[in-house]
Amino acid sequence: MIDLVAFIPRAVGQSIPLLFGCTGEIVTEKSGNLNLGIPGVMYVGGICGVIGAFAYEQATKDTGMVGILAIGIPLLCSLIGSLLMGLLYCFLTVTLRANQNVTGLAMTTFGVGFGNFFGGSLIKLSGSDVPTIALSRTSAYFSRSLPFAGNLGWFGKIFLSYGFLAYLAIAVAVYAGFMLKKTRMGLHLRAVGENPATADAAGINVTVYKYMATCIGCMIAGLGGLYYVMDYASGIWSNDAFGDRGWLAIALVIFCIWKPGLGILASILFGGLYIIYLYIPAGMDHMELKELYKMIPYVVTLVVLVVTSMRNKKDNRPPASLGIPYFRENR
Amino acid sequence: MKKETKEPLFHIVKRKSMPLKKQWLVRGIAIAAAILVCAIVTVITTKMNPLSVFSAVFTGAFGSTRKVWVTLQDTSILLLISLALTPAFKMKFWNIGGEGQVLMGGLGAAACMIVLGDKIPDPLVVLLMIISSITLGAVWGVIPAIFKAKWNTNETLSTLMMNYIAIQIVAFFTIYWEVPKGSGKIGIINQNTNAGWLFEIGNKYLLTIMIAVLVTVSMFIYLKYTKHGYEIAVVGESEKTARYVGIRPGLVIIRTMLISGALCGLAGLLLVGSVHHTITTTITGGQGFTAVMVSWLAKFNPISMIFASLLIIFLSHGASEISTSCGLNQSFGDIITGIILFFIIGCEFFIEYQIIFSGKKKGGNEA
Repeated sequence: MIDLVAFIPRAVGQSIPLLFGCTGEIVTEKSGNLNLGIPGVMYVGGICGVIGAFAYEQATKDTGMVGILAIGIPLLCSLIGSLLMGLLYCFLTVTLRANQNVTGLAMTTFGVGFGNFFGGSLIKLSGSDVPTIALSRTSAYFSRSLPFAGNLGWFGKIFLSYGFLAYLAIAVAVYAGFMLKKTRMGLHLRAVGENPATADAAGINVTVYKYMATCIGCMIAGLGGLYYVMDYASGIWSNDAFGDRGWLAIALVIFCIWKPGLGILASILFGGLYIIYLYIPAGMDHMELKELYKMIPYVVTLVVLVVTSMRNKKDNRPPASLGIPYFRENR
Repeated sequence: MKKETKEPLFHIVKRKSMPLKKQWLVRGIAIAAAILVCAIVTVITTKMNPLSVFSAVFTGAFGSTRKVWVTLQDTSILLLISLALTPAFKMKFWNIGGEGQVLMGGLGAAACMIVLGDKIPDPLVVLLMIISSITLGAVWGVIPAIFKAKWNTNETLSTLMMNYIAIQIVAFFTIYWEVPKGSGKIGIINQNTNAGWLFEIGNKYLLTIMIAVLVTVSMFIYLKYTKHGYEIAVVGESEKTARYVGIRPGLVIIRTMLISGALCGLAGLLLVGSVHHTITTTITGGQGFTAVMVSWLAKFNPISMIFASLLIIFLSHGASEISTSCGLNQSFGDIITGIILFFIIGCEFFIEYQIIFSGKKKGGNEA
């Protein structure tokens, strides 16, 4: 049988990038922007953190690293990188009112290319003499868990064995749920997403809300990329390793019907589905079956998508103006 | 006391329409600006001098006779996928599942080549390849369409998930048919007998190019002059209007996606049967996504799509030449493509809207 104490921490580790992406996309979509550029943003968030960490590690080769800088520099770089992507998306879709699907796809092409390019060429560009990007020293800071987690047996392993970004992901998701549901800001944001014309008439600055929500959403999503490289992959960047997690994060938004709180559970479930193929016995002579098991998360998403649309409850609908650019004179 | 009201510096109004010549002028300026930015980015990252960057791009795309043919062939494949997606987009059905539909089409062709090649006469193999790849592509396209028509399922995400399901199915068969065992890939299929390889006209590139031209012309006629094309346009503009005039949107969605998927399947057939003679999970190379942008950039016009796809392929070949010669990563092309796309996406604003500055007294009145 599956060893749960070993399985759950791995599933949670897989789920954190999805959770960051999902929370970021929910905040974005609540403002009426369907950002299909999230996969690209997550790559940019990841690689910017890598660039920052790489520069800092190279600078402190002989001297020791200071903990606060080792975490702070990559974190800041990652946030700035994804913020710039968010601003670009907003400028094109909100200010210039471009088609959101096309802009998002272009951002994904650009972002994934950006990540892979710098991932593959960083060493040559910076002229340093290391064989691969292995930021194990920075990674050690990111994946450091509570010191007494090891002494608590299965409890410590399942709940306390993660780096700080994992807890941040859950905290951000909980706060996003609270913000959307209980605060005035959240109410305004939802109003902008449901009916921007009405919100505008009520005196809410639609443009500012769309910009803010999308940029903050992108920054949250970018942290998912950072977590993946620094914690899950132990600081080793390999091209295309992040894979399709960005798209899964977008699908998760529908799965958890635009509720960040539900997103926490949903992403852990997906994290489990993502690696479950490793735990299904297939036998050595039938490696091809593993490829079929890898299909499970996508099939589940598709089924959920269809089932939620069949039930079509009022609460489960996307924001009414999702994907439609707002132009005041266009009534 | 006189109350002073603050006038905004400028405001934005929708244009009635812009003359076609001026539209293309705006797009031309945008592309020129984009190329300038790309050149600056290239010069900064590679430290080449700007002139040799441009010459490297041209050598990459048109440097030799073979390169010209390859550029034309790749353009044709991208064009074909873009054309396939176009009727769906015109109907406002966001089919971003081109990747999966092409892959399934390719899988259909590869399956016939592997299982039936050398066992039955070659023309029969080719015929079965054509049938199976077009059918598989169409099936892959029509499944999300049925969901959309019946329950209004979000097609952007369902087609996306279908992509990944297709990738895993191909991965499954890649290992199932791997040659030699344990290598994890299929390799060139029927290398000695060439069974199931699509026939060549002149050289091995021309068949793909001719099919792309044929499909371009047919798609242009289909969208512009047939009843189906008209129905697609009506459903795209407004489903309510469509229902009012007696068009059943569900039926149109399913029918259009059958066509869209079938054409993607055709692209897959060409990729496997004529271009690569093998199948991998990455054989489409993200063109299913690029095609979305090509189709949109061309404003769903098949003729403009030729230029849009040529531009994209030209730049990505050029960028790959630069990255090879400088020892940089191949993804450089994606960055360049991204920059160009951002500029073209952005410039549409200036075609559709105009900015009126309130400083000019006469400019304020809206015509």
